[in-house]
Amino acid sequence: MNKERISRFLLKSLKGLTVILLLCALSYVAWRQSALAQQPAVYVIRNAKIVTVTGATIERGSVLIRDGRVAEVGARVAAPGNAKVIDATGLSVYPGMIDSGTQLGLTEIGSIQETHDTTELGDFNPHMRAIVAVQPNSELIPVARANGITTAITHPSGRLVSGQAALINLDGWTWQEMTVKAPAAMWMEYPRAPRGRGAGFVQAEGAANVAQLRERQLAALRQKLEDAQAYAKAKEARAADKSLPPRPMDFVLEALVPVVKGELPVLMVANSEREIKGAIEIADKYKLKLIISGAEDAWKVASTLKEKNIPVIIGPVTELPNNEDDDYDVNYSHAAKLNKAGVKFAFQTADAAYVRNLPYQAGTSAAFGLPKDEALKAVTIYPAQIFGVDNLLGSVEVGKMANLIVTDGDPLEFKTNVKHIFINGKPVDLSSRHTRLYDKFKDRP
Amino acid sequence: MRRSLPLAVLNRETTMKRHFTILFTALVVALASVAQAQNKGEVLIKNATIMTASHGVIEGGSILIRDGKIAAVGKNSEVKAGANARVIDATGMFVTPGIIDAHSHSALDSINEGSVSVSAMVRMRDVVDNTDINIYRQLAGGTTTIHALHGSANAIGGQNVILKLKWGKPAEEMIVPDQTRTIKFALGENPKRAGNQTNPFGQGNRPLRFPATRMGVEFTIREAFQQAREYMREWDDYAAAKERGEDPVPPRRDLKLDAIADIMRGKLFVHSHCYRADEILMLMNVANEFGWKVLTFQHVLEGYKVAKEIAAHGAGGSTFSDWWDYKIEAYDAIPGNAAIMHHKGVVVSVNSDSNDLARRLYQEAAKTIKYGGLTDEEALRFITLNPAKQIKMDHRIGSIDVGKDGDLAIFNANPFSIYARVEMTLIEGEVYFDRKEDMKRREAIAKEKKELIEKERRTAPQEQRQPQPPITPTVSGPGDDQPEKGEIKNK
Repeated sequence: MNKERISRFLLKSLKGLTVILLLCALSYVAWRQSALAQQPAVYVIRNAKIVTVTGATIERGSVLIRDGRVAEVGARVAAPGNAKVIDATGLSVYPGMIDSGTQLGLTEIGSIQETHDTTELGDFNPHMRAIVAVQPNSELIPVARANGITTAITHPSGRLVSGQAALINLDGWTWQEMTVKAPAAMWMEYPRAPRGRGAGFVQAEGAANVAQLRERQLAALRQKLEDAQAYAKAKEARAADKSLPPRPMDFVLEALVPVVKGELPVLMVANSEREIKGAIEIADKYKLKLIISGAEDAWKVASTLKEKNIPVIIGPVTELPNNEDDDYDVNYSHAAKLNKAGVKFAFQTADAAYVRNLPYQAGTSAAFGLPKDEALKAVTIYPAQIFGVDNLLGSVEVGKMANLIVTDGDPLEFKTNVKHIFINGKPVDLSSRHTRLYDKFKDRP
Repeated sequence: MRRSLPLAVLNRETTMKRHFTILFTALVVALASVAQAQNKGEVLIKNATIMTASHGVIEGGSILIRDGKIAAVGKNSEVKAGANARVIDATGMFVTPGIIDAHSHSALDSINEGSVSVSAMVRMRDVVDNTDINIYRQLAGGTTTIHALHGSANAIGGQNVILKLKWGKPAEEMIVPDQTRTIKFALGENPKRAGNQTNPFGQGNRPLRFPATRMGVEFTIREAFQQAREYMREWDDYAAAKERGEDPVPPRRDLKLDAIADIMRGKLFVHSHCYRADEILMLMNVANEFGWKVLTFQHVLEGYKVAKEIAAHGAGGSTFSDWWDYKIEAYDAIPGNAAIMHHKGVVVSVNSDSNDLARRLYQEAAKTIKYGGLTDEEALRFITLNPAKQIKMDHRIGSIDVGKDGDLAIFNANPFSIYARVEMTLIEGEVYFDRKEDMKRREAIAKEKKELIEKERRTAPQEQRQPQPPITPTVSGPGDDQPEKGEIKNK
């Protein structure tokens, strides 16, 4: 009996051991396979002209990419044996371009409301987060990045406080993988005279005229910021003194706390001179960290912007002048004027479907007086600085996120083609809805 | 000035003694011709890189314009001007034919007669606005001729007009003489909007208008041609009866059917707004049924899917360089459209349909090089010679050839470089835009504006502030595809 029990026990143990061993083997194979799938994490771009943007241009050199980062840059770079080599003879490496204002991932088709996730109900939506609504599989994203745009601000819009803008990479299986910085800024829109379709809304509000509505909105905005200040103060007091009664969470004010503390920048849409001055006044009063977006008349207040160190996001600079008596090139030459005045600026397409035209914002500005190197900076290192990610993005430098493009020429030129793209150190597919349709129909018999 | 002089002289002539009349008339004619010659005369552009659009590029070239027409083009050494010629030194510059926009709505007081589904009787030449600032802005982008179209609100729209952007001239002088007559058709989403209760452009409480579907659009066009065919028969019967010596009652004149009949008579040519491949095929089918041809498909964003059929029909394609995605019928639009259609034998142009893009069609053409692998010459034809063909005006405009109108754009660099800008634009030898002059004028204009504002401030009583304009909700009409400013490009 005992013998039998012992042998049964041994047999059982042996079975168990086999299962364990088998599981170990299987998981090792799986681990190997996933590791292989991710391989190689090391790339080296050889024989390229490297336009670092922040440093000197290297006429012929290499960039080593390891684990998502730029590991080495120089004329001579040693690469490990497992590095995948990209021969870039005759090509140039640039940092990926950054669009400082888009709605990528938040909208798909212009006329179809169901595809829009940009504008929540209510005037004050600081608690709305763009990042959670970014659709990683949007057809618009590959179209944009194929022209060298690797990173973009994507933002809600259409309200006094529209919500939190995010800085996203234009690659990733999920919105989490795409996130570079979220929130990157709070999107606000300085009260203005409603135009076009929005004008109907005024009557619903019961305001007698546009000026009255604007005053009312301004008062509401000020009040909200004051409420947020009070809320932040109460919160701090409670943190310091636990004997104080706890206050209920207020999502709106909670989201505004980093804004009134000057920790989260505000991207405030302000276009006319009056709007820009008004935005500055509010920022001064409530100690906001202000970035002006749109900023069509920024050149008229350039000295103030320079003095207060307020950056502006301009574009699309290819838009028509607002007034009949504006200079015909008022928008084309805007960047040149800001540059001359020493104002920090970056370009935006203010769009989703046309993000691919970002380089032409910069290039057209260069045709009208902006130095070419400044034009390039305004789509690379300047936006990185403005959004506080110049430790990560905006130039080809060791330690930065490997968001790189390899081109056959000046990326701001029409005839230039992007040959390779790296986002977060990974090579990215250059095909899109457009290339698929082109390839399908060009050879139609 | 050149008109007032001889007229004034002629008025005085009536008081002259008879025997002086002949002598004096001769003098007037001589004076008038001198005035004409001084105003037009000769313009010589020299030392330029000339992109002719028809016969390649001439380095170190000259163009002579005499009395508004191109008199000579060639190497510097081959082109001789008279002593009085105005000389423009274009060293380092690129000269192209004046740019032609095959799809514009600029310089018009109104665009859509959208209350009916067939508005063939209305004419854009009756609503030309010569004060539209966009004329000047487009000149500053090298554009010299626009095909100003009726909108796309209805299946059969109004009759279009071809304009030269002669900023500062009366509207009548902008209307190109002896021009091809064209008419706008529209297929797809736009003409069916007004039949759709939930359309995104908001019809308010307006009654619905037939049609609401692509089926209805097809029927609307067929019905109109059937009516016009019967109308033509009525007139034929009337003419035959008169021929027989009878005294018939004439049919009632119908301006709408007159226009549609003219399409079938080959006197009025169709430019049709369209997006999808199916509706492109549909219209060619209807055209074949009634014995006419589509001259040019406009937008034609899915033209690349049926380029073979379009080429076989003999129609042109006038498209956007890279617009897409603004509505579902534009979701399959690709920037390679122009190149594919071109390679399959369609005469292609790149147009603006926008006051904005019309200022930089050279940039739009450059995108076709990028996305379609085309040459500079092909891209240039997309905005010059080909649109001229699409409006059947290529005997007059569209390339730098002897005998054609002296319409030119002068760039500081290759026009397909992002760093290029227009320095000068000429129409029929007259300079209508000169960047240097424009820059010079700015200070004076700013000063004048300031003075006017100050004067207004001084004279306006303080308490009498300008009343606020009443707030009226603006409802976009169905029709043209121009985005409103401030919208996220609903193009």
